[in-house]
Amino acid sequence: MSNSILWYTTRGAGAVTLVLLSAVVVMGILSALRVQSTGWPRFLTTGLHRNLALMTLVFLALHIVTAVIDPFTNLGWGAALIPFSSHYRTLWLGLGVVAFELLLAIVVTSLLRNLIGHYAWRAIHWLTYASWPIAVVHGFGTGTDAWSAWLIVVTAACIAAVGTAALYRMLTGSTDPLASPRTEFRAGVQRRELP
Amino acid sequence: MTKEFALTVDRIKCDGRGLCAELLPEMIRLDEWGYPIIAAGPIPQHLIPLAQRAVEDCPVLALAFRRTERSKGG
Repeated sequence: MSNSILWYTTRGAGAVTLVLLSAVVVMGILSALRVQSTGWPRFLTTGLHRNLALMTLVFLALHIVTAVIDPFTNLGWGAALIPFSSHYRTLWLGLGVVAFELLLAIVVTSLLRNLIGHYAWRAIHWLTYASWPIAVVHGFGTGTDAWSAWLIVVTAACIAAVGTAALYRMLTGSTDPLASPRTEFRAGVQRRELP
Repeated sequence: MTKEFALTVDRIKCDGRGLCAELLPEMIRLDEWGYPIIAAGPIPQHLIPLAQRAVEDCPVLALAFRRTERSKGG
């Protein structure tokens, strides 16, 4: 009985992680788009983005730890930390490890943002667009519940939310109110010849 | 000598997200393009926690504390 509790926990925590991670990605995109309204200031988007990200890590830790200590799959810590080293569902589990490690890099650099500077932080933060889809594929590939109706609905909702937000971001130009004067200025500077 | 802190904005990094003015309207207002105008002088003691939050929440790390030292009564 206690064994199956671990197994149910890892499945449940995986699903919760997917929902939270998708919410974090959507909040991140909304903050880049400078979405705001009278009831929704910009610092709320950023605050939710950061705090939900930390909460995601908690459920992800639960997902990973319960999967490792569950005696049924007998994974071992190596399989949880080294991609594609698992004897159990090597590819699908490996994708989960890759998504987790990318996410870890994103979170650690965010916590150290003051040390590494904005540009390095931002470059690493783009890895989100690798980590999130890999996590979704991992869920579909290895998820014991992947083809149950409720998880298909949840996953589809996550894909729809992140997809809509990402598409909207791609189609929206710069949100900098001085974007066009900046571009003009830079073009003017580059045209000048050295004496 | 007492240590005091003022707010300073890096005009190159700032791209007018406006979170700072939401979090610290007592000291920061936005110009017509959405870029911050910061009240001169040291941050009043009771506003330091809010100022800290504004600095931490700047999405482009453009807002910072600057330490200023001044002699008492000076």
